[in-house]
Amino acid sequence: MSVLLIAEHDNKEVRPFTLNAITAASQIDQDLHVLVIGHNADAVVKFISEVPNVKKIIHVDNEIYQNYLAENFTPVIVKQSENYSYVVCSANTFGKNLMPRVAALLDTSQVSDIIKVISPDTYLRPIYAGNAFATVKSTDNKKCITIRPTSFDPAPTSGGSAEIVKTDAAEATTLSKFIKREAVKSERPELGTAKIVISGGRGMQSGDNFKLINAIADKLNAAIGASRAAVDAGYITNDHQVGQTGKVVVPDLYIAVGISGAIQHLAGMKESKIIVAINKDGEAPIFSVADYGLEADLFEALPQFLEELNKLNTIQK
Amino acid sequence: MKILVAVKRVIDYNVQVRVKEDGTGVVTDNVKMSTNPPDDNAIEEAVKIKETGRAKEIVAVTVGEEKAQETIRKALAVGVDRGIHVKADGITEPLAVSKILQKIIDKEKPDLVFMGKQAIDDDCNQTGQMLAALLNWPQATFASKIEVKDKSLEVTREVDEGLETIEVNIPAIVTCDLRLNEPRYASLPNIMKAKKKPLEQINASDLGIDTKPRIKLIKVEEPPKRKAGIKVASVAELVQKLKNEAKVI
Repeated sequence: MSVLLIAEHDNKEVRPFTLNAITAASQIDQDLHVLVIGHNADAVVKFISEVPNVKKIIHVDNEIYQNYLAENFTPVIVKQSENYSYVVCSANTFGKNLMPRVAALLDTSQVSDIIKVISPDTYLRPIYAGNAFATVKSTDNKKCITIRPTSFDPAPTSGGSAEIVKTDAAEATTLSKFIKREAVKSERPELGTAKIVISGGRGMQSGDNFKLINAIADKLNAAIGASRAAVDAGYITNDHQVGQTGKVVVPDLYIAVGISGAIQHLAGMKESKIIVAINKDGEAPIFSVADYGLEADLFEALPQFLEELNKLNTIQK
Repeated sequence: MKILVAVKRVIDYNVQVRVKEDGTGVVTDNVKMSTNPPDDNAIEEAVKIKETGRAKEIVAVTVGEEKAQETIRKALAVGVDRGIHVKADGITEPLAVSKILQKIIDKEKPDLVFMGKQAIDDDCNQTGQMLAALLNWPQATFASKIEVKDKSLEVTREVDEGLETIEVNIPAIVTCDLRLNEPRYASLPNIMKAKKKPLEQINASDLGIDTKPRIKLIKVEEPPKRKAGIKVASVAELVQKLKNEAKVI
């Protein structure tokens, strides 16, 4: 009756959302095993073996797993899943791409993007971009589940000593080929895990005006987000997009600047702990979810905001 | 080359969705319905490929109740050649839909299958990947750029870290992201012409697929509401509140 979790990593480090998925998976069943598929990923295996919630690691090492492809990972997972009741991974682009391919071959109706484990077979998940919550019960013998990482705390990473078992690779795929991955390099924290996020919308009026946002992000060590309107208008690249079709973020502080608050955007940020809205339209829907609303012209408010933050630092010194 | 596009009829993305009082689902009576937004990108991409002369025929397929054929008519009005409506009532889970599509593909033998990356009603994000698994075809999900080569596609995918490029052999499944292209609108003459294009109807039960849900929907409820916040009068007040009250800076 144990649970098999698929780790996401780059052969050097575990991707942080794997730790959130570990927390959720151990709520489903305490007998949690982690499958690490990769090449020369010993550092990853060692790191996960020290996570106290993890009982066992199954390590598959082969050069064909240097780069992740769903077509390559799926046969290994399907084979390993024989001994498990649950196959679990995070519901980010990694897990969203991978898990349904596994579930179909196991003839299981996958439960996607759960935000709460109610009992081992019953879960809470958002539908309609978070405008409704559904409680669902899986009736399949073997269950495939993806976890919304921001709804669970990351598991602690020290004190454990999981058993490590090596096993063989499956045959390499000829269906698809990895070419390249262009990671967006940034000095700032990653949008998905940052404690503070400041986002700009169509109200920014141009890409150049995002320098006002950048200055505050530098001051607060915040990640920079954007609404779909700002991305579509070409002010900023799409990896900054927060919302139903972008990233879901749950920071301690979310500052929405010049964002009206379309349903799709709210779906990506309304679980944030504190929400600030700065908008000159007092009727904008964003104010209905904001803890602190400031009705003001952002071109005046943002420089003042920076000035006030600078003053704070002076006091602290 | 032949392209099959799978489309779904959903509540329009501009509608504020309301939960039914009895907790059995969301209100759909008298609510505007339209094509799932990224499915429009899938249609547009297929039409663009046909316009370059690399595809001969585009077939649109939908699975759903009688009115689901509206999405097929809309696809026919922007350049799809013919449609197939697989009639099924109630909830059809992605696993059942992918089994139905597999049957259609066995018969139609397309070279490429396009669909949206996710439906905005159940937000499952499963059908394309499941279909690829059942057919043992490669999958290119979250596509934001597609380059058609001789026997393969080079696809740029939107992933958490940025952009990933993969090459998939044809036949392949592609699930489309919203930034893949800008879907066109149908002109009135084309809407009229679309009414004459062939639309075949099949019953899901005649395909021998069990569409009974495997996931029991226990209840649907409103998400917890945020408590009402306050308006601040100045930036200085905002910063003081964030520092002293919320303690987040």
